[in-house]
Amino acid sequence: MSLTRRTLLTTAAALPAVARAQSAPVLKIGCLTDMSGPYKDLAGPGAVAALNLALEEYGVSGKGMKVEVLSADHLNKPDVGATVARQWFDRDGVDVIVEVANSGVALAVAGIAKEKNKVYLNTGAATSDLTGSACNANTIHWVYDTYMLAKSTGGAMVKTGGDSWFFITADYAFGKALQRDTTDFVTGAGGKVMGSVAYPFPGTSDFSSYLIQAQASGAKVLGMANAGADTINTIKQAKEFGIKMRLAGLLLFLTDIHSLGLDVAQGIVLTDSFYWDMNDRARAFSNRFSPKAGGARPTMVQAGVYSSILHYLKAASAMGVDKVKLDGAATIAQMKKMPTDDDCFGPGSIRADGRKLHPAYLWEVKKPSESKGPWDYYKALATTPADQAFRPLDKGGCPIVKS
Amino acid sequence: MMMIFGIPAPLLFGQLLLGLINGAFYAMLSLGLAVIFGMLNIINFAHGALFMMGAFVAWILLDQLGIGYFPSLILAPLIVGAFGVILERTIISRLYKLDHLYGLLLTFGLSLVIEGLFRNAYGSSGLPYRIPDILQGATNLGFMYMPIYRGWVVVAALVVCLSTWAIIEKTSLGATLRAATENAPLVQAFGVNVPRLITLTYGAGVALAAFAGVLAAPIYSVNPNMGTNFINTVFAVVVIGGMGSILGSIVTGFGLGVIEGLTKVFYPQASATVVFVVMVIILLARPRGLFGKAA
Repeated sequence: MSLTRRTLLTTAAALPAVARAQSAPVLKIGCLTDMSGPYKDLAGPGAVAALNLALEEYGVSGKGMKVEVLSADHLNKPDVGATVARQWFDRDGVDVIVEVANSGVALAVAGIAKEKNKVYLNTGAATSDLTGSACNANTIHWVYDTYMLAKSTGGAMVKTGGDSWFFITADYAFGKALQRDTTDFVTGAGGKVMGSVAYPFPGTSDFSSYLIQAQASGAKVLGMANAGADTINTIKQAKEFGIKMRLAGLLLFLTDIHSLGLDVAQGIVLTDSFYWDMNDRARAFSNRFSPKAGGARPTMVQAGVYSSILHYLKAASAMGVDKVKLDGAATIAQMKKMPTDDDCFGPGSIRADGRKLHPAYLWEVKKPSESKGPWDYYKALATTPADQAFRPLDKGGCPIVKS
Repeated sequence: MMMIFGIPAPLLFGQLLLGLINGAFYAMLSLGLAVIFGMLNIINFAHGALFMMGAFVAWILLDQLGIGYFPSLILAPLIVGAFGVILERTIISRLYKLDHLYGLLLTFGLSLVIEGLFRNAYGSSGLPYRIPDILQGATNLGFMYMPIYRGWVVVAALVVCLSTWAIIEKTSLGATLRAATENAPLVQAFGVNVPRLITLTYGAGVALAAFAGVLAAPIYSVNPNMGTNFINTVFAVVVIGGMGSILGSIVTGFGLGVIEGLTKVFYPQASATVVFVVMVIILLARPRGLFGKAA
């Protein structure tokens, strides 16, 4: 490029800005999520709202921190998500990626965060491989995972007589991990799996064929190893076809129940690590969140974004923003050292393999007569304490734990 | 128990029936596409979005005005059809002189905009729509439990498809339409208002999509993405049937529904791709599609 007067002028104009940026480094947080697909309502814009709430309540400007927020849609495609993550890290100088609902995309982003030595806080994806075979020193898995769901929901089903299962599984990383982990619990407790179907994801809306196959297998429990709009369609159609099996919603979010309506959803048993009405602190958070999310109550994924970013900011204050920007793994190490505490999940901690620990709750969906109004959907059945809710540290095969 | 290819016979019959039900949706959607392509030479990519609008209009009519399912079955196609007429008059009609590709791009863009607007307004989890009381319940066919509503869908789809075919092939209105596609200036010389005919044809094709949308509302969740799930398959149906062939799209719609249903038993992972495998085979053997006329 030849040097013209114009480039010289623009370069000169840019110089003071660069100098300013060096004096007060800007933390860049990227929220990569599903903005348009089946997981939009349980994460999506609500996740960005939760992120902004965390920044506001931590008082970043009052503490002299400069923070910039970016958001993007991964379209549930690992290649799209990976491209955005690379652009954010390489071109836009993003320091931390949060959320990523979709296990396939999440595994891709985890690898890139490690390669670039950045921070990745996963709240929406389920696969327990993020703290198992695919774990790394740059990733924290915040809210829940397939092992937790399988142990809590699967275990409760087998205990109450549901000892033969048929799975309807979304054919990608998440569905497969969920089916694998649940199968372990079912067979471990003496039950058996009578069969399964893996259907193409995304793009399937008719589950009737799979439901008929499930019915024909003679199994007592229908394990739905899928999420979001897919689970909603499965449940609706199971009712339509008079499927007599017990439905195990292995992963159901508050927004799914909202969409189904209590008429259809009543009696379903599910596991969530956060429910907006579970205690005073959760209610307080929820009341601050709702006005920013069009009146909707937060899902556990959105609560996780708030909780994880709050903890990240605490670590950034403790280390200094300069060091946080320089070394993602060191930031994660700092976050693991500090105990966590926030309105959503209460006191907790982060394990060496990147697993955030807190209790898992088993819920039952209320009957329409028991509900006081919109969003009043769950009643508590059981609690698994934080130290038992997740896969034991030595069982995951996480390489950074061995070393 | 009788077995066919290692699958219990009752299960197989059940799958055939379910395939026929899905085929009913394919047939109705591809019929609208075929009518629009045959008359307007526009590849209407917005068809899925208009199908989704049909379902949403039915939901809004029920939620806001308390208008039930059966009135919606008439009203929603009329409302969405009117919307289609406005689209055609204001935007699409400007592209008739250009290559197919422009129409395809324009309608694809329109579908993204429409779906995006609905997603912003209503989210992506979907909204519940109850099956009307009179069609609630199910009957036991011996080999499977058949929801009455699904049976109704097949009947309604067949009636609509056959009447559309009859109107186009057997009435004088249909004859004028077909003549206008062959040679518009000549038909105009006979005093027929061809642009208006074309506008109304587009409106009718769109109304068919909306009708299918209302039928789909109680089965699937009323969801901004519900059209996208169908539209790729439906395009394959139109291509396999022969672009613009009315009868071709009806027969192929039901046929592919059945093939897809069977794939869901033998190898579920491929159920989304099997339609395109069939398309490749058909196009290799008959490049104009099963019912396409030679140029």
